[in-house]
Amino acid sequence: MTVGLVVVSHSERAAEGIVEIAAEMAGETRIEAVGGDGRGGIGTVPDEIEGALAAAAGDEDGDGVVVLVDLGSAVMNAEVAIDLADVDAVIADAPVLEGAVNAAVAATDPNATLESVREQAEAAAEISKV
Amino acid sequence: MSEENAASGEGEAVVVAVEAVAERIEAERDRLTDLDSAIGDADHGGNMARGWAEAAEAASDLEDPDPETVAKTVGKTLMSEVGGASGPLFGGSLVFAGAELADGVTPETAVAFAETYLEKVQDRGDARIGDATMVDALTPAVHTFKKSIEVDDLPPLEALAKAVDAAERGVAFTVPIRARKGRASYLGWRSVGHQDPGATSALFILEELLRVAADRLDREIPEVDATSPTIPDDAEADDAEADGDDGTDADAEGAA
Repeated sequence: MTVGLVVVSHSERAAEGIVEIAAEMAGETRIEAVGGDGRGGIGTVPDEIEGALAAAAGDEDGDGVVVLVDLGSAVMNAEVAIDLADVDAVIADAPVLEGAVNAAVAATDPNATLESVREQAEAAAEISKV
Repeated sequence: MSEENAASGEGEAVVVAVEAVAERIEAERDRLTDLDSAIGDADHGGNMARGWAEAAEAASDLEDPDPETVAKTVGKTLMSEVGGASGPLFGGSLVFAGAELADGVTPETAVAFAETYLEKVQDRGDARIGDATMVDALTPAVHTFKKSIEVDDLPPLEALAKAVDAAERGVAFTVPIRARKGRASYLGWRSVGHQDPGATSALFILEELLRVAADRLDREIPEVDATSPTIPDDAEADDAEADGDDGTDADAEGAA
């Protein structure tokens, strides 16, 4: 019973940095970073997101994948990848960094489900910083 | 297997259409970029030209192509090469709509293809008529095509010509309205007076499909009555058929 995470950003380095931060809290959770246009520029590519979904889903015992996204076309490309991938995945309507950290913590709960992890990610929208 | 042969001939015709689209988009690259530079980030022409060039190459590399495979190959290539929102909108929708061509290209499968394509674009972009997007060109085109085939029983080439005419007026409709989606929406009222680049690309694509279809049938492109029905009439036709499309009323209001 495990929920995986994928972080999608227009910048590959941003995605990796966010995963680096979230992974501190993520225990054994599978958490994948994906981003960039595949040509070294800013953007997102559905094929690569699809690959990250499969990696985060892990083996057949997986409970699905919660996807954290940054802006605009990252959302659309993540949706396309989810439609194409053979993975049970949902996009969290959450700020990408705070949502990833919350989701990472939620995913370490032994009773975590796709829905509980998504809810915790989305709860990050309420976090007040100052 | 005569059916397979027929399908493979159709697949080659679809490849020819894709190559024609790629050439047209390349020829219009600067115009599309100019339109986008007025209200967006000035990359639409370059992105689309690169994506369609790659897509045409991938399609012509297919051995023994069938229409579904060509559509899916082109869609996948556009998805990974176009970038921005145009990739998933033009390409992702094509991947899904392509499945409607599994039994080849007939008037019925073409209508199903067009409807699925429009549905995917609307859902993915969360756009409706009146948002100043390619939905404003595609919706009247698809409704007109469907009505021309299913209600008016027109030959496919005439139906396609009417659809292109409807798309043309849909593109014109994006000029006086305010953009509500994509980067242009950040401009607010300043987007008024500008033609939407995505709608323009969609029109170019439809024009090339019509030209290739006419060539293949060795016919002139049919003249279209400028008073041919477009959004409101077609929306009513959809209602009459009670096909349960919940976007129909909103479409009609948006067009009014």
